[in-house]
Formats: sequence, structure tokens, C-alpha cells
Amino acid sequence: MTPVLELEGARLAFGGRTLWQDLDLAVEPGEFVAVLGPNGSGKTTLLKAVLGIQRLSAGSLRVLGRPPARGDRRIGYIPQQRLLDSSTPVRGADLVGFGVDGGRFGPPFRRRADRERIGRLVDEVGAGAFAGRAAWRLSGGEQQRLRVGQAVAAEPALLLCDEPLISLDLANQAAVSELIDRRRREHGTAVLFVTHDVNPVLEHVDRVVYLVDGRVRIGAPEEVLTSPVLSELYRTHVDVVRVHDRIVVVGAGHPADVHVETAP
Amino acid sequence: MTLFDFSDYGALLGLVTNSLIAGALLGIVGGLVGFFVMARDLPFAVHGISELSFAGAAGALLLGADVVAGSVVGSVVAALLIGLLGARARERNSVIGVLMPFGLGLGILFLALYPGRSANRFGLLTGQVVSVDGPQVLVLIAVSLVVLVTLLLVWRPLLFASVDEDVAIARGVPTRGLSMLFMVLLALTVSVAVQTVGALLVLALLVTPAAAALRVASGPLAVSLLSMLFATVAVVGGILIALGSAIPISPFVTTISFLIYAVCRIVGSGRASRVRSAA
Repeated sequence: MTPVLELEGARLAFGGRTLWQDLDLAVEPGEFVAVLGPNGSGKTTLLKAVLGIQRLSAGSLRVLGRPPARGDRRIGYIPQQRLLDSSTPVRGADLVGFGVDGGRFGPPFRRRADRERIGRLVDEVGAGAFAGRAAWRLSGGEQQRLRVGQAVAAEPALLLCDEPLISLDLANQAAVSELIDRRRREHGTAVLFVTHDVNPVLEHVDRVVYLVDGRVRIGAPEEVLTSPVLSELYRTHVDVVRVHDRIVVVGAGHPADVHVETAP
Repeated sequence: MTLFDFSDYGALLGLVTNSLIAGALLGIVGGLVGFFVMARDLPFAVHGISELSFAGAAGALLLGADVVAGSVVGSVVAALLIGLLGARARERNSVIGVLMPFGLGLGILFLALYPGRSANRFGLLTGQVVSVDGPQVLVLIAVSLVVLVTLLLVWRPLLFASVDEDVAIARGVPTRGLSMLFMVLLALTVSVAVQTVGALLVLALLVTPAAAALRVASGPLAVSLLSMLFATVAVVGGILIALGSAIPISPFVTTISFLIYAVCRIVGSGRASRVRSAA
């Protein structure tokens, strides 16, 4: 079976600085891969490379066997929550509409099939109650639900998530990550999930890609998120502590917020 | 001097049919372009472009060239500079802040050197009702139609890129190209609007109606239709009142536009507090 995403010996460098190198990764259909690492470790840049916006410095990258191309309909993209200002002239459902026909040129008359599709997607992400409201009046959780509907509108084989849970409260973090996980269970969509905090999605994660200063470790969460492995990656002593079902990474000389999340 | 005299109104009305047609079309185009001006956060750019449009028109007047053509050249140059140098909002604002006084200064210089009637000079800044004659109306109609049709053809990707740029880029929408295209359409609209309301008051057509519509509606269709309606009411209403008056058209257009905005704000805030108390 062709992997949904395949990276071989991938390297990305800006000027003299290498973000990451020797990255070998094959993501299978239905797999949930979390991309972790400190700020500036190149997590988001990895997503940009998959989207075809950023070229690799070396190595190869294939999406369903083909090189990355901008506008690939087989890839869905969920950004982090954005503050929209009150001059944003769209409603919640229009965000989903962008996912359905937002890139289409021509007279802006929406096909009946597209209208029905938007309605189904809105229901699927449980946004029926607020999809008619102005987008800028929506809460972060409401907006991110619609983002999931927007991203899956074209039935993508791969879902790229760039910190979609940031600044959401814990209940909404759980609700939105559950929506993403349901998509992968029911449709076999592979998920590449960039986050600074693995805890909200820990129960869904099959593998983690951990990036630190150009070094990469890939494996199951219980293999990678351990004191010895992370100490080696960070090249300093790091303690991985499990508190109930949450993982907390405490670094010596490193900000302790890598996976720290205050409990509710 | 009497400011208002409506005694020969019927005869006057016949003389300004062209202006009324041009005004109505200008309202429709201005309202629609204004919708995207608000969505793309470009009100300040409108002001900057209009000042360079004024410089272009004044330059054309001085050289004896076509005023509309001069105005188009000025605004397109300004729009392309703003689009090229100011991709990000902060950069854009400083580019505009630099261009604007330069354009205005240049325009004032050209007008000072112009030996003709002073009524013409003043008209470029503050607008005049009967400033558009036969062939000019045709140019205005042609430019307006080009802007309207182009906007409709790029409507969805342009709205996507305006509201949700990151996702649009990820989706392969040519955001950069659309941005430059919109700047050109905006420039064309500004140069048409300058002919009627004058360079200083273009904002009343390209910003106020859309801002008012946003206060009372939320979907793209509702906001854009209301914006077009408000802008058309302001221009046509302004022309009709100005006919019986010795005052230039622009104060009427801006006042109508402003009153619509004020009413929309009151209606909109009343609605918002009802929603809050219901929630």
C-alpha cells in the first residue's frame, strides 16, 4: 500500500541553519502522527513542505506517491484559531464553503450539490446551531469545529493540523481533537498534527515525530516520550513525568512548558 | 447668494441624465469594491490611491491631456506600488503614509501651475455634478463594467484569500496574483469615483457604505448587496440635491453616506444587545 506521506532523507535548511535533517517518515492511511518539538524546531515548516509551499533542501517528499504540489485537493489543512475582526464579511458556514468551492473562479453561483454538501459538513462537525452567525462572533471552539469541516470538505487523504487546539479551553480541545480523530477512524484519513502540547491528543496518537535542533526521533509515544530519549534529543537532562494520564516534560535549563498544561 | 434654488429643477434634471447614470453605476461598483476593501482591510489604501489619482488628473489637466486618463494612471501606479511594497498590513500603512502627501503635494503643484478656470481645479478635490460629459460617461461606464465583471469572476477565490489567507495559500489559491488584481480594480474604481465625488471624499463611497452594511448584515451576499444599495443611494441622492444648490456635490454624498452609517450602527448595536440578552 502506498503511504499517504513519505519522506526520505529529508532536510530543510535556511541559510546556514538546519531545521531538520535525515527525516525518514512514512505515514500510512488512518495513522495519527503528532509532530512535537520546541518553538523554531521546524514543525510548521514541515507542514509547508508537505503543502508544496516550502521546498526541501535535500531528500524526497511524496504525497500518495507524487511530489508535493500547491493546491493538492488530497490534502486538508487546519490552521490555528485566528481572531477575526468585525469587518470579516462571512458567516460560520461560509468558512466551510471555502473548503468546498472557495478556490473556484467563475460567476459566484453555488451549485445545489455544493450547498447540500456544506449543510452535511456543518452537521457533521456539530456546527448547525451557530453556522449562520457572523464568523467573527464565533468562539474559538466554534470556529475550530468549522475549520475541521472546511478541511475535510474535499475528502482529503491527509489532514495537516497546525496547532488547531491552541488557545481553546480543555473541553473544546477534546471536542475538536475528537472530530479530527473520528475523521481518521471513519474515513482512513491520515493525520499529521503539529502541536506544542501532546496531551490533548495523546489518546489518539499512533506515533510522534519529535524535532529538536535539527535532530529527529520518531516512534510510539511511550518509546519517544521518555526521560532517556528526550535527554538525548535535547542534549541536556530532561525528566518526563506522568501525572495521571498526562505527560509533563521538565527540562534542566530548558523552559518547562514543552508539554506542561495546567490542569482544569 | 442663495444656496438652494429648485425652481428650474425639471430642466436641470434633463441636463444631468448622464451624471445620474454614471452616479448609479458608480454606487454599484463602489459598494461592491468597498465590500472587498473592508474584507481586505484597505480603507487607508483607498485614501492613498485617491490622492495619487488626484495628482494624475491634475497633471493631465496641466498638460492638456485627458483628465480621466491621468486619474487612471495616477491611481494604478499608486495601487501597484502599495500592492508590491506593502504585502503586510504594517508595511502597507507606512508605504501609503509616504505616498499620500507626495501625491497630494504633486497635485497641488500641478493645479497651481494650471492657468485655466479655478472651478476645474476645485472639482478634482471635492467633486462636481456636471463634470462628466458625453464621451466621459462612456469611459466611466466601460471602466465600471470591467471592474464589475472581473470582480464577479474572481469572487470566490478573492473572498477566500481576503478572509482566510493562510488556508487559501494552502489550498493553492493564487493569493498574490489576486491581491495585485484587486489593487488594479480598486485603482480603476477610485479614478472613476474621483471624477464625481473628488479625491478627498472617495472614502465616503468606497468605505462608508460597506462599513455600514457590516453593522447590520453578516453574510457576503447580504453585506455586498446592502453596500451597493447604500453607495448608490448616497451618489444619486447627492446628485439630485446638489442640482438645486450652489454647493458642490460631495457634502451631500458624504452626509447621506454618513447618515446611513449612523443609522446602521444604531440598528446593529440594538440587535447585538438583544442577542446578548437572549443568550
